[in-house]
Amino acid sequence: MKITLDHLTKRFPNRAKNKPDVIAVNDFVVEIPDGKLVGLLGPSGCGKSTVLNLICGLLKASDGRIFFDEDDVTNIPAEYRGVGIVFQNYALYPHLTVEKNIMFPLENFKGKDKLTREEMKKRALEAAKLVQIDQLMDRKPAELSGGQQQRVAIARALVKQPRVLLMDEPLSNLDARLRLQTREEIRRIQRETRITTIFVTHDQEEAMSISDLIVVMKDGVLQQIGKPQQVYDDPVNLFVAKFLGTPPVNVFHGCIRAGKLYVGEDAILLAPGMADQEVWCAIRPEGFTVDAAGPLRCGLSAVEIMGRDVSVVATHPALDSVQLRAIDPDARRMDDEADAVRFAIDPEKVLLFSKADETRIRCELK
Amino acid sequence: MENRSWKGWLYLLPAFLFLGVFMVYPLIDVFIYSFEEGYNSASQTAYGVGLYNYEYVLRDPYFLQAVKNTFILVAITVPLSTLLALGISLGISSIPKLKELFQTIFFLPYVTNTLAVGLVFMYLFDLTDVTPGLINVILGLFGMTPIDFIDGPYWARMLVLCLYTVWIVLPFKILVFTSALASVDETYYKAARVDGTTPGRIFRKVTLPMISPTMFYLVITGFIGAFKAYSDAVALFGENLNVAEMNTIVGYVYDMLYGEGGGYPSFASAAAIILFVIVLTITCINLLVSKKHVHY
Amino acid sequence: MSNVMDFDRIEKRAKRTALLRNIVIYGLLGLWAVIVLFPFYWMLLTSVKTQGAYASEIVPQLFTLSPTAENYLNVFTEADLGRYFFNTIVFTVLTTVAMLAVTVLAAFAFARLDFPGKNAAFVLFLALMMIPGELVIITNFVTMKTAGLDNTFLGLILPSVSSVFYIYLLKENFAQIPDELYYAAKVDATSDLKYLGKVMVPICRPTIVTILILKVIECWNSYVWPRLITDDPKMFLVSGGIQNIRESGYGRDNIPAMMAAVVAVSVPLILLFLIFHKKIMAGVARGGVKG
Repeated sequence: MKITLDHLTKRFPNRAKNKPDVIAVNDFVVEIPDGKLVGLLGPSGCGKSTVLNLICGLLKASDGRIFFDEDDVTNIPAEYRGVGIVFQNYALYPHLTVEKNIMFPLENFKGKDKLTREEMKKRALEAAKLVQIDQLMDRKPAELSGGQQQRVAIARALVKQPRVLLMDEPLSNLDARLRLQTREEIRRIQRETRITTIFVTHDQEEAMSISDLIVVMKDGVLQQIGKPQQVYDDPVNLFVAKFLGTPPVNVFHGCIRAGKLYVGEDAILLAPGMADQEVWCAIRPEGFTVDAAGPLRCGLSAVEIMGRDVSVVATHPALDSVQLRAIDPDARRMDDEADAVRFAIDPEKVLLFSKADETRIRCELK
Repeated sequence: MENRSWKGWLYLLPAFLFLGVFMVYPLIDVFIYSFEEGYNSASQTAYGVGLYNYEYVLRDPYFLQAVKNTFILVAITVPLSTLLALGISLGISSIPKLKELFQTIFFLPYVTNTLAVGLVFMYLFDLTDVTPGLINVILGLFGMTPIDFIDGPYWARMLVLCLYTVWIVLPFKILVFTSALASVDETYYKAARVDGTTPGRIFRKVTLPMISPTMFYLVITGFIGAFKAYSDAVALFGENLNVAEMNTIVGYVYDMLYGEGGGYPSFASAAAIILFVIVLTITCINLLVSKKHVHY
Repeated sequence: MSNVMDFDRIEKRAKRTALLRNIVIYGLLGLWAVIVLFPFYWMLLTSVKTQGAYASEIVPQLFTLSPTAENYLNVFTEADLGRYFFNTIVFTVLTTVAMLAVTVLAAFAFARLDFPGKNAAFVLFLALMMIPGELVIITNFVTMKTAGLDNTFLGLILPSVSSVFYIYLLKENFAQIPDELYYAAKVDATSDLKYLGKVMVPICRPTIVTILILKVIECWNSYVWPRLITDDPKMFLVSGGIQNIRESGYGRDNIPAMMAAVVAVSVPLILLFLIFHKKIMAGVARGGVKG
């Protein structure tokens, strides 16, 4: 099912008296297509969980509308929206077995939707099989590992065949190894059920790796929506560029002079036809190649080799941060005792942003 | 540790002195008293050891009356006050505003003097030559004939005693229930709501199991407290409870020690030990039941 | 499924049920608030009616236009309420101070010091928490009477000093203070007693205040022990005093004066409660028991 958020706004009264309201979600306009896995991404406190709660109906919108397909559900209470939700702490009922937990939503059906005991058990078992916990049906939540609890929570959300599946930080309570495994699992379950799924996360890697679409938010304002790779390659502003990618993008104070892009004293690329101006110059780690004749002259701090990855840690006077980090597999053979290193720069991996408002400056670099 | 020394006992000395003299020694002594026959408190001598004190107490019509009264009081006030407190706490926790105001008001009886406020209750229910009492006036509005709640029929006096007891014990129960309800993770309710659970079902399937440990704690302490009822009865019916047929087991113990019927610590001890055994039995039954029904 | 839903109707119905629910809940809570508050209002009201006015009301009036303070005057002069107040204040202050000293020292020993037999002592100590007061009061009565301490302050106070529960409460609080603070003080050559007074007690002040208030309430309302150990009305506390005024016939005859006494007895604690209600309620919720 398609979800449309039309100028959605949520204001909370300020705790301090006589202060303006806190705007958690500001004029949010997004269309989420049917059957996709969507990652809602942003730093903590950016309002992403508020968006989730608004879609779910646990919070009431201050302004704007929410549509499920053509239905306006803005003022419909949560119980009538037909959504399934997985909470960050799973909210499994500790006194009920796995089976009873999964059956819980089915027992609420009324009237002609009412199911017999056998039908409920059958559907619970189907949902449990889908998330591969059907052999744990008689356990209580306290006897399960974190990953298993997570699966039970997903099964409980799916068992009533919701129109939308919502997940609030689904992986944050799991340890690192389980996190990798579980996110693949979420991907698989979503593919199998084809239910429009929105999950909230502050971990960009998590969102990038499994989402069909990512929605990037900051301070309650939508920044960008798109396919993960497309948003990564073509961010609309410096915030999005910085937020996506590990290691993060390296940001320099740069300027354009006479058709050349300078970083400090180094003219690293040609920028034909550009007016002279100060810019933020952001270079992805994979945009650097160690090259004795390269234009970017840096001080070498360290060469870190971790399995397949080789990263070069270096300094540069025009850098906005303390150090830059470049990823270049060929740097494995370089002299890590040297004081200096020079890089050639891949123009495809360089992004320019306005110094004034940090929006993207699109241009052709060579 | 290097400063492991006997000095710690020095700090404990006052506490242990007080506890030893006023708790440990009396605990042993009370058993001795209860088996000493014909103890004379003036000469502090007894002429035998045996079960006579228990026999006497168990045959004493005043004691049997006290046991009957206490059991009726327990049977009525424990369930009534627990359910009322639960209902009120649910109400408090479900309203958006004025929570704290209601909580504070409802707690007020806890800090009041049982004897003093009991007098107010007595006057409100008392039927005298001058006035039928406010409660009777109100009942009169519904067409009922005035009842003498203080000196009248047994059931009427018991009713007032129960009502006053409930009024006195509710604040503690409301407070404990309210904090138990507040500590239930709110996401359980959110999850249940998204699943379209009706409020009644949320209460039965989520809230009740979650607060069941608190529930049993309150039932157990409620039983213990109600079995020890005494001052509320004094407040309503005066110190001569045997005459008013409103004595409780604890009241009987004190009457055996003191006042007109007093001077019999042996009988008092026997009665106190019988009470202790009753309370212990009920508490054990409670614990067994709660093992079965408290969910985690 | 989505198409057959009438969204407008669902929305309206949800609003209506929520409103109705709130009205019912506020109504019931309000009703209980009236039941709780009414006795207080009634005693206050009656205490400012003249005896004549009260006696002439066959149907009690719920307000009065001519309040009088005369009853308060009477009950302090004709009955011995002033003495009961004095006794209770002396009893409360002395008991609370003694309790506090004993409690702080014992809690300190259990929480901070290490000494032979500490664990056994603590287990024994916890076991004492389960002893019902009704069992030990009998021997205490005989002990105090034999010692000739009936009708004395000492007799009133001594059995009320130790409280297992408060020692336990404070010990738990003391134990939360990090060990490093103690070692740091030791390095600076601070004595144990000074550390207790200068560091632990100030840090745990909220708990100590809570214990103090709870003990004051307990003392002010105590009835059973004072009633046993005193039979001389000159030594009565307020609870026993109220009962005495009532049994002596004065209360039955002069109900407004009786109510004035009840108000006077209740006001100190109600004031204390209004000032400290958060502390008191938090303290009681942590496992306080009445009496």
